[in-house]
Amino acid sequence: MVSRNMAACVECGVDRNAAVNNMPVKKALSAAAPLTLRIVAECTVTKARACDLLLPHGTVSTPVFMPVGTQGTLKGITVDQLEGLACQICLGNTYHLGMRPGSDLIEKANGLHGFMNWKKNLLTDSGGFQMVSLVELSEVTEEGVKFKSPYDGKEILLSPEKSISIQNSLGSDIMMQLDDVVSSTMTGPRVEEAMHRSIRWLDRCIAANKNPDKQNLFAIIQGGLNADLRKTCLDEMTQRDVPGFAIGGLSGGEEKDDFWRMVTLSTDHLPREKPRYLMGVGYAVDLVVCVALGCDMFDCVFPTRTARFGSALVPWGSLQVKHKQYAKDFQPIDPDCQCPTCKRHSRAYLHALFKSDTAAMHHITIHNIAYQLTLMRSVKQSIVEGRFPEFIQMFMRRMFPSRDQYPSWAVDALASVNITLE
Amino acid sequence: MAGSRMKLELTRVVQGRGRLGVLKGLGKTGQHSLEVPGCLLYTHLGTVPHLTQDTLHTLSKLPSVTQVTLSQIVEHQEVLEEFKDGFRKFAGLHDTVLYCSLHDPAAPCPTGYTTNKTVSVWGSSGRIELTVAKFMALQKTVQPDWYQSMADGETWQNNASRKRVRKSVDRTLAHLDECLLVHQNSQELEAVEVFGVVEGGDILEERVRSARETAKRPVAGFCLDGLQTGSMDQALRTQLIIAVTKELPEDKPRLLQGVGRPDEVLACVEAGVDLFESFFPFLVTERGCALCFSFGISPDLERAVRASPAVLELNEEGDTARDTQLNGDLILDDQTQMTYFEINLKEKRYQDDFRPVVEGCGCYCCKNHQRAYLHHLLVTNELLAGVLLMIHNTAHYHGFFVAVREALAKDKLDVLKRGVLGERGGQTERKD
Repeated sequence: MVSRNMAACVECGVDRNAAVNNMPVKKALSAAAPLTLRIVAECTVTKARACDLLLPHGTVSTPVFMPVGTQGTLKGITVDQLEGLACQICLGNTYHLGMRPGSDLIEKANGLHGFMNWKKNLLTDSGGFQMVSLVELSEVTEEGVKFKSPYDGKEILLSPEKSISIQNSLGSDIMMQLDDVVSSTMTGPRVEEAMHRSIRWLDRCIAANKNPDKQNLFAIIQGGLNADLRKTCLDEMTQRDVPGFAIGGLSGGEEKDDFWRMVTLSTDHLPREKPRYLMGVGYAVDLVVCVALGCDMFDCVFPTRTARFGSALVPWGSLQVKHKQYAKDFQPIDPDCQCPTCKRHSRAYLHALFKSDTAAMHHITIHNIAYQLTLMRSVKQSIVEGRFPEFIQMFMRRMFPSRDQYPSWAVDALASVNITLE
Repeated sequence: MAGSRMKLELTRVVQGRGRLGVLKGLGKTGQHSLEVPGCLLYTHLGTVPHLTQDTLHTLSKLPSVTQVTLSQIVEHQEVLEEFKDGFRKFAGLHDTVLYCSLHDPAAPCPTGYTTNKTVSVWGSSGRIELTVAKFMALQKTVQPDWYQSMADGETWQNNASRKRVRKSVDRTLAHLDECLLVHQNSQELEAVEVFGVVEGGDILEERVRSARETAKRPVAGFCLDGLQTGSMDQALRTQLIIAVTKELPEDKPRLLQGVGRPDEVLACVEAGVDLFESFFPFLVTERGCALCFSFGISPDLERAVRASPAVLELNEEGDTARDTQLNGDLILDDQTQMTYFEINLKEKRYQDDFRPVVEGCGCYCCKNHQRAYLHHLLVTNELLAGVLLMIHNTAHYHGFFVAVREALAKDKLDVLKRGVLGERGGQTERKD
């Protein structure tokens, strides 16, 4: 149910850090988009902002990291545990869910919320990315992505209409347009074709959305690593009346120098009053830098996937719990962490438990989600309190043993938003 | 033992054998108790399989005794020695009584590795041979509240010779005496209780001898070993248990190892067993199944439970599973095979079944999720399947033990048996 107060307007909050802006304070969105972005604070040095994103299933504080629950479940964690970590939004994958159990069944179960019994917000992707990355035999035409089902070999066409139809059945709070995904390292005419096609597919997705009053559709900026193509895509897509934008086609093995330049170019041209979602980003350093570049939302499978291999995220990097050096280490993973795992268990116990039971993985998964969410809460807090630049300095000092180990791309990216790392 | 505080208070003995009571004085300070007939909390290294403390504690009324097995702990001996504060604290278990057994009842233990002086346990990295000295050194580092004495339990196979069985009884008594000797000279084990182990395979006289001799030692209770599911049929098991318990003192608890199926539990309760290990719900979880049997005894409740589609359906489909179970001789009963008491949620018919696993069940799984979702988690191999099934199966199994005690208290064990075993309650011949 969409409550009345999820009004279709954008309120730009007045705050002490707000930079001069020419945006109208209130700007009508699409007929009744169920999304409101309240800008709580903007960093006066960088492009970072702290917002409250009001969605049909509650308010999301941004910057936000969204854990990925690919198949309608977050890797061994119950929905109550996830809520207990104060997670306000998580992801589901349209490709996987469309295959199994199928959109009809999920619709019967009152959407993905009902099926997995998740009371907070959900974001679903379009299914396009998995198709290109997971399915070998896929073919992209103007119609859509054609592929053979890995389960029964049947040929399936995922068109923009089909993707939205599935996402309508899933009932996610934020849906993603189907985009023409090409490898982020690809160059040449195919990148341009994909960019233009993604614009045409966006229009088809907007037209296909049966629930514009309940489900938000985000556009995805494409254009590879080519600034001109990105700019063209931004110009075109920002003319469309969508409630939010994603920056796509990155985080696929490209040079970090290219990556951050495309991110900052995108946020330079995206409207201030709409949320910006940087897809596929989840390493702590990337998160902090990209918040400084003006992104609000992030997702990545990394924290949960790496957890299952015994890698726990900590402010100084990561800790391989399965390594022998932790067998007799009786401290918690991170003595300062307040998560249920760190409050009860030692590195040594988790090390031992990895040999005996899957619960060891669950413990690390919980810790890693808590780490990501806590990091983003601290980021937000520092923006609100006007000390984000200092936060970045501290964060980097803790993450790297010395100044000369700072990745140069991060140094450059932060310099571009007036932060000189000490 | 000198410091023994464990005390069994019986409130009722039905037909001279089935015992209802409370095991009191458990734990270092004696503040814990456990109702009998009851079960212990089965764990992997102190963790209930698949569950974190958060998910475990969605379950109410958990048993106050947690079982850990030496087979899993032994490879961490060095770590525990360095830790110094015992296994309970090491595993983040704060308020529980810790019982340390020798083998994992859910994992098959290869035979042929015992000698006069040693027994072998199998951990995740293979076989580890234990002498009494090593065994007792382990107990000192584990610091349980009570432990099973070292035992030669290899005579459960039905081809064990009389000579081999006699040897196992002798060795087990010798191990016990040695354990007790070390125990009495170890200050750190002062408040710790020892359970003696009754062996004897399927030979009545050896069982009686083992029981009689063990009872002469200063033990707090008894483990009945070598009677596990798969080793013999229930008729023989019942007969042996009755013979054994006749030799055991009334006021000490009897823990039966390796038996967990509800029908067998009921028969063994009637024969005089007090305690069981709760590995059965774990086995059910591992095959993607959910416990779904009726255990109501008050007529109203029973009707309510029986009227629910879940249970009616169970009775229909139970036929196949039950027939499989009762097909031929029970000697080679395969513990991995589905039983009459569960449903296989992987089956296609649950794909669009939006009911909870068991209607009216109050566990976290049933209150929050539907069969269709569990089906999906199982077919997609998601880790949450194990978590949710383990929650439900544990809740259901512990609920069953509550019902067993209630039935004993109200003299309605027969009603319960009929409920648990279905319409043909207790019949053993096939119906086709």
